[in-house]
Amino acid sequence: KTIMGMAAEAQYHVLAVDDSLLDRKLIERLLKTSSYHVTAVDSGSKALEFLGLLEDEHNDALAPSDVDVNLIITDYCMPGMTGYDLLRKIKESKSLKDIPVVIMSSENIPSRINRCLEEGAEEFFLKPVQLSDVNKLKPHLLKGREKESEPSINKRKGMEECHSHDKTRTKYDGLEVV
Amino acid sequence: MDVMTQLQRQWREHTAYLRKEGYLDDQFEQLQKLQDENSPDFVAEVVSIFFDDSEKLLNNMARALEQKVVDFKQVDAHVHQFKGSSASIGAMRVKNLCIEFRNHCEAQSLEECVRCLRKLQYEYSVLKNQLEYLFRLEQQIRAAGV
Repeated sequence: KTIMGMAAEAQYHVLAVDDSLLDRKLIERLLKTSSYHVTAVDSGSKALEFLGLLEDEHNDALAPSDVDVNLIITDYCMPGMTGYDLLRKIKESKSLKDIPVVIMSSENIPSRINRCLEEGAEEFFLKPVQLSDVNKLKPHLLKGREKESEPSINKRKGMEECHSHDKTRTKYDGLEVV
Repeated sequence: MDVMTQLQRQWREHTAYLRKEGYLDDQFEQLQKLQDENSPDFVAEVVSIFFDDSEKLLNNMARALEQKVVDFKQVDAHVHQFKGSSASIGAMRVKNLCIEFRNHCEAQSLEECVRCLRKLQYEYSVLKNQLEYLFRLEQQIRAAGV
């Protein structure tokens, strides 16, 4: 595969967050089957660390183009930082707020679902997550790509994206499953 | 009938039996569909994690129920986790027992909780045996195909 080939493919990179190893394996397989590049972490704080945003930092050291994650899918019920807490932190961050976030939960609680959607989650999946759920991610990812291909400054961003994409892919592979 | 065909038939019949008796539901079939040449051991891997998790959680529940003052919220937390993992692999009977168990935790009924735990331990061990038998058949099929 040439560099040109890899840039053209430009796989979407999904960050999956779940404290359950079993569910991480499952979501990882579902996402990989759908041809997404996956990084799986076991906590909200690890997710923020990966995204370049440390828990108590409010100043965004990273520009949106530096963060190479196209979608975040997180479990709701996690010790420490819940999926909802993580969602809020992402939406409050200048560098991360435009990354689509999806919440997963084993419990069907309407007030919980509404709260998450109101806070900006794109989707709320009931566990166990199905392939048909993962198929719903495409439009949210495409929307993100559309934003990137907007004219002027973003054209340059687009080129950097390809390079950083390759660099970050290699870098992140080591962090694959916790 | 050659060995391979016989084994495959046994595998199909056993899977159908497990579905019919409610040991496993659709979710297990979903897992099987996710297994392919790129991920040939996916189901076995996931089930193995399930076994490890289950044994740990069942122990935790037992210990929590043995305490002088039982913390039902803690017991419930373990059952909630077990319910989640059993749902993830399609272990229907185990999952349903977990739902029942959570009700007893909420009611803070020690006797019912202990009874439920015993049922859960039993169902889990039966399921484990069934799945291990299924995987042995799969190994034999693979060996026969070489």
